[in-house]
Amino acid sequence: MRCTFEAQRVNTNEIKIEIRDLTMAYGSYVVMRDINAEVKRGSVFVIMGNSGSGKSTLLRHLIGLRRPAQGDVFYDGKSFWGMDDEARRAQLRKCGVLFQSGALWSSMTLAENVALPLIEYTDWSASDVKDIVRLKLALVGLNGFEDYYPAEISGGMRTRAGLARAMALDPEILFFDEPSAGLDPLTSRNLDQLILELRDSLGATIVVVTHELPSIFMIADDSIFLDADTKTMRAQGNPSELLKQSSDAKLRAFLTRGEFSERGATL
Amino acid sequence: MIQTASSPNLLVERTSSGLLQIQLSGDWRAQSKLPSVETIRQSLNEGPAVSSLEFNVTHLTGWDSRFVAFIVRCASLCRDRQMDFRGDGLPEGVRRLLRLANAVPEKRDARISGSKPGFLQNLGEHAVKGWEGAVGLLAFLGENVLALGNLLRGRAQFRWADALLVMDQCGPQALGIVAMINFLVGLILAFVGAIELQRFGASIYVADLVGIATVREMGCIMTGIILCGRTGAAFAAQLGTMKVNEEISALETFGISPLEFLVLPRMVALLLMMPLLCIFADLISIAGGFFVSVGMLDITPTEYLSRTVHAIQLKSLLLGVGKGCFFGFLVAYTGCLRGMQSGSSAAAVGEATTRAVVTGITAIIASDGIFAVLCNALHI
Repeated sequence: MRCTFEAQRVNTNEIKIEIRDLTMAYGSYVVMRDINAEVKRGSVFVIMGNSGSGKSTLLRHLIGLRRPAQGDVFYDGKSFWGMDDEARRAQLRKCGVLFQSGALWSSMTLAENVALPLIEYTDWSASDVKDIVRLKLALVGLNGFEDYYPAEISGGMRTRAGLARAMALDPEILFFDEPSAGLDPLTSRNLDQLILELRDSLGATIVVVTHELPSIFMIADDSIFLDADTKTMRAQGNPSELLKQSSDAKLRAFLTRGEFSERGATL
Repeated sequence: MIQTASSPNLLVERTSSGLLQIQLSGDWRAQSKLPSVETIRQSLNEGPAVSSLEFNVTHLTGWDSRFVAFIVRCASLCRDRQMDFRGDGLPEGVRRLLRLANAVPEKRDARISGSKPGFLQNLGEHAVKGWEGAVGLLAFLGENVLALGNLLRGRAQFRWADALLVMDQCGPQALGIVAMINFLVGLILAFVGAIELQRFGASIYVADLVGIATVREMGCIMTGIILCGRTGAAFAAQLGTMKVNEEISALETFGISPLEFLVLPRMVALLLMMPLLCIFADLISIAGGFFVSVGMLDITPTEYLSRTVHAIQLKSLLLGVGKGCFFGFLVAYTGCLRGMQSGSSAAAVGEATTRAVVTGITAIIASDGIFAVLCNALHI
C-alpha cells in the first residue's frame, strides 16, 4: 500500500483521479457545474481560478468533505462517492491534505501532529513512530521543532509542518489548498520546489489549488481553469501551453495578470 | 455671510443664460459645518432653467473626502435634472477621484435589499429552522450513542490521555468555584429555613431542610449550571475554533472521526467527573447549613450532624448523583453540539458559545422538572 522513497517517476499516462460531470452546490446555489478532468499519476495538477470561483470547494469534493450535487470522482477507476464510508475512509488514508495555513491540531505539538495518523493506522513501535516523525519534519526543514506547539511558530513553518503531517502515511496523492497563501515570495518558492521534489522522489500525484501565477508556471504539469461567471471550467492543459495556444481572453487575462485583456481592450 | 480666508464657503452665480457657476472657497478640510448642496438646489429652483453646472475653485485652499462627497452629490443632482456637469474647473486630484469612483458602475444586485420578509415567510423560515435544529439535535445524539458503543467495544478512535486532560480541567480545577457557590447555597437555604422554622420552635429541622434540598436538588443543579458556564462554554469555543482553523476537516480527511476523537473524551470526562463533583457539592453545601445552624440557632454540632444523617436517605443521594451524571452528559452534549455546529468565523464561535450555555442551562432545568414529576409519580 505504501510507496517507498525509491519510487521513481512512474508511467504518467495512467489516470489516477478522474472528475466526471461534477456539479457543486451549496443548497440550491450552484457554485460550478459540469467539471470534467483527469489527473495523471505522478503529475502536478493545478486547480486555478479567480478568488471565489470555487477552487477550494472543488478540493473539498475531492477529499470527501463535501458531497457533489451531481457527478462523481474516481480514484484508480473506482467511484469515490459510490463507496461506503469505510471504503471511502480507506481511500482517504492514501491521500494527504495540506489545508490553508496548515490546520495543525492546536492542542498538540508538531511531533504529536505528525505522529497521530501513524499511531492510528500503523502498529509501529513508539520509537519507530518517533523516527518517522523526525524524518518527516526534517524533510520540510523543521528539524528540532518537534516539541513546539503550532501557536509558537511562524505561518510559513506551520504550513510546512502541515505538509509533514500530510506526508505522514506516505500518501499516493497529496492535496494542497493554497499553499503559498500568506507566505513571502522566497518561502513560497521554496515550497514550490518542495512540491516538485515530492513528485519526483515519492512519485506522488499532487493536486494544488492556487492562484499564484509564479507557482502555477513553476509547478504545474497540467491544470484546469475555473471561471466564476460562467460557473464552469474553461480549460484544461499545461498553463504555459494554454498561454501559447488558448484564444480564451479570460484565461489569457488570468495567466498574464490582466495585461492581455488591457492590450486586447485597446486594440 | 461672513467670509474669512479659512472658513469653507459656497457662492452660486448665474454667469450666462443656462449656466450656473459654483464658487468654492476657503479651507474645506475645516471641522466646521460645510455648506450644503441644498443652497445649489434652491437657486436652481428659483431662477430660470439651467442646463449646465460649472465650478470655480480659485480661492479654495484645501479639501478632503468631504469635499469630494459634496462634488459627487452635485454630480448626482445634475444627473437627476439632466444638466451638464462640467468638472474641468475642479482640482486635478478631485477629478481623478471622481473618475475612479465612477470607473466601476454600481452593481445593482450587490446591495442588500432592505425589504422585510412578511409574517408568513418569517413563520415558515422559523419553522424550517426549528425542524432542522431538532433533527440536528437527534442526529448528534445518535452519533454520540454509536460512538459510546464503539468505545465500550474498544473500537473507538479515542485517547485516554485526552480524556484525562479534560477531566483535570473540568474536575479538580472546578473545585474552587463549585465549593464557593454550593457553600453559599447551603448558607442561604439554612437562613431561609431558620427564620420560618424558628417561629414554630422547630429549628432543628433546618438540618433536614438543607440536607434533603441539597442532596436531591441543589447540589446537582448548581454544579450542572456551573459546569455548563465553565466547561460547556469552553467545549463550544474549543471545537468552534478548531472548525474555523479547519482542524476538524483535517481529522476527517485522515479518516479520524471528530466525534470519537474530540467529543467522546469530553463526554466521558464529564460523565466521570460530575458524580464526584456532586458529592463534593453536597458536602460543602451541608457545611454551609451547619455554619448557620450552629452559629445562629441553638443547635449543637452533634445534633445537626446526626439530624442530617437521619434525614438523608440513600435513595435521595443516589437520585442526586444520578441526576448530576445526566446533567454532566447534557453539558458535554450541548457544548460539543454547538461547537461542532459553529460556522467558520470569529462571530460564529462567539454565538456557538452563547448557544451552548443557553441550551445547556435550559436543558438542565427542564430535565430536572421532568425528574421531579417522575420521582413524585414513582414515590422516590
